[in-house]
Amino acid sequence: MEGVPMKGLQIRGLTARIDEKIIINGLDLTVEDGQIHALMGPNGHGKSTLANILMGHPRYTVQEGAITLDDADLMTLDVSQRARRGLFLAFQYPAEIPGLTVAKFLKRVADLRRDPPKNAAAFLGELKENLKFLEIDPSFVNRYLNDGFSGGEKKRMEILQLLTIRPRFAIFDETDSGLDVDALKVVSAGINRMRGEGFSALLITHYRRLLDLVRPDRVHILERGHIVASGGFELVELLEQDGYDGIRRLVGGTKEAVYER
Amino acid sequence: MVSGAWWAEPRRRCMSADTLVRDIGTAYGERFGFSMPDRSVLRTEKGLTEATVREISEAKQEPEWMLRFRLRALDLFNLLPMPSWGADLSELRFDEMTYYAKPTEGSSQNWDELPEEIKDTYERLGIPEAERKFLAGVGAQYDSEMVYHHIREDLEKKGVLFSDVETAVREHPEIVKRFFGTIIPPDDNKFAALNSAVWSGGSFVYVPPGVHVEIPLQAYFRVNSQSFGQFERTLIIADEGSFVHYIEGCTAPVFSKDSLHSAVVEIVALANARIRYSTVQNWSSNMYNLVTKRAFAYENAVMEWVDGNIGSKVTMKYPAIFLMGPGARGEVLSIAFAGKGQEQDTGAKVLHFASNTSSVVTSKSISKDGGTASYRGLVKVEAGLTGIKSKVECDALILDPHSKSNTYPVMDIRSENASMEHEARVSKISEEQLFYLMSRGLTEEEAAVMIVHGFIDPLVKELPMEYAVELNRLIELEMEGSVG
Repeated sequence: MEGVPMKGLQIRGLTARIDEKIIINGLDLTVEDGQIHALMGPNGHGKSTLANILMGHPRYTVQEGAITLDDADLMTLDVSQRARRGLFLAFQYPAEIPGLTVAKFLKRVADLRRDPPKNAAAFLGELKENLKFLEIDPSFVNRYLNDGFSGGEKKRMEILQLLTIRPRFAIFDETDSGLDVDALKVVSAGINRMRGEGFSALLITHYRRLLDLVRPDRVHILERGHIVASGGFELVELLEQDGYDGIRRLVGGTKEAVYER
Repeated sequence: MVSGAWWAEPRRRCMSADTLVRDIGTAYGERFGFSMPDRSVLRTEKGLTEATVREISEAKQEPEWMLRFRLRALDLFNLLPMPSWGADLSELRFDEMTYYAKPTEGSSQNWDELPEEIKDTYERLGIPEAERKFLAGVGAQYDSEMVYHHIREDLEKKGVLFSDVETAVREHPEIVKRFFGTIIPPDDNKFAALNSAVWSGGSFVYVPPGVHVEIPLQAYFRVNSQSFGQFERTLIIADEGSFVHYIEGCTAPVFSKDSLHSAVVEIVALANARIRYSTVQNWSSNMYNLVTKRAFAYENAVMEWVDGNIGSKVTMKYPAIFLMGPGARGEVLSIAFAGKGQEQDTGAKVLHFASNTSSVVTSKSISKDGGTASYRGLVKVEAGLTGIKSKVECDALILDPHSKSNTYPVMDIRSENASMEHEARVSKISEEQLFYLMSRGLTEEEAAVMIVHGFIDPLVKELPMEYAVELNRLIELEMEGSVG
């Protein structure tokens, strides 16, 4: 692959720490254009950290490795530059911004897009359509961004931003957590709507229920800071039956296993 | 390799289209801080003596009672101590100031009749344009005198009076004598005494019973001279069941020597009247702004102060509401921005003198680059009252470790069962908020500005649109280069 242009996200030999503690340890991962991959793994083994590092959170120090998106190096870019390259993170716990209305914020981020809405009317048309699709009450846009939102509302808000921003690559950090069945359906529909050429994604999750709705092309298991197993949907089933012990038995003593039935 | 950014470079500013309409980023000096040559037709000598006071009174050809009022106030000024609390006033030099400068021979009702340089000044500040677009009347003060005063004819026909105070003293002495100096007596504090001795200019507004002035009246205060004291005196009376919204703005040139602005604003809202008084204070960084503002609200009247403090070196200002009649309501919305070298000591005072009265005080302050923003407030409930409600909410946002925020709330409650609420919060822009907004493509500076705007948005919304835009713009100006 080296030297050959590749669309999608590539992570090579990533090692990162917070303060002195290594959290990501020699991680390799490739998500090709048009694909959606699932990332699973026990709590505290680095899933959310990986999401934050990809986005460029200043709290983490990358010690080694490379991250490229569509073959462009992300490592030298700050958070907003990465976003403008097409990277998007749907947060597990989105920050609240009192006083900033959803409408004002969405207009601004839509204007930052490569193909911004032609005018305010085009933006509003698009917004209305997205609200309808996500079953969000239109009065929502006059509220302050995430301020006093319920968990479910925050997640819908993340998906509304996804549809507004139309990124190249999206990371969903436990977007399914705390959602009821109806909300989960809406959120999944939002992700599926983006699916296709020019978009790829990493779904971080603990549960099969999201993956039944957003079928991943590939599944990876993250433990102790690196990928210990990669495979198809069977990996999800194995995990559901036997838990992480099942994965560990499968992996045995090796650092990484590829499980294909 | 994909060349260039995937997305377009962001525009430099984050505000929605409505605030992007005007160019942003011109420094204070250029937009407001310019000065014109001094062409005053009369100017007292530096410093303050009895002769200064007599000269001012003489120039105004005042009745004897006003001269006596001034001279008594001068004695009080000399007797009263400097405030033992509040902002640092140790560098204030009373002897260095000029206390009166008359810019023109008379006041005009037509911008075109003003001397070229004065007219230019107001045009650069956008006042005539604002009058055409959204004001019912405008008064413009230049140094010591109102050089322009105009009110729409239809309001004049309804009996609304809007003039400088000197004109009111001549033409409506019965109203002036009844209220002038009764809301804020000269012995209230040293600066009220100072103003009472040397007052000049300011607005007089009288709204007859039942008349609603739907479009705001505005006064604009401009100081042009150096080491100068501006002492306007404003008196607003809303008669029974009437309504008026009065706005004031102010700017001054940037000089190396300090100037002083010490106004007295007296407001009377008679039964069932409502008055809203909005201030966008944007003095230059060499201005001491020491102002006494007070309103009496009678039965079922509503008084609202919207007080935005962006500029000045030092501001001490605590708009007050005395709830005099049952059912009266008072509200103070206060926004302060303390930047480099600035001390904003602002707040509110509400005194409940009657039953079934209520008050709400909301204060937001932002401090950065070593600035100090303090909230100083008093809520007092007299004994033997029932049905009292009061709520005070103070939020402070501190943008860097060099800056300070203080809160000095005093509650003096002498009635039982008064419902009192007080909340105070101090916050910083969190790393998580910045990260979140930046992850959507906003630069760090833009994200910080958005958070600050969000912080004050609930208050800015209370201002008329044009002023909200202006205030947002001023804050963006202040925020420039503050992050990263």
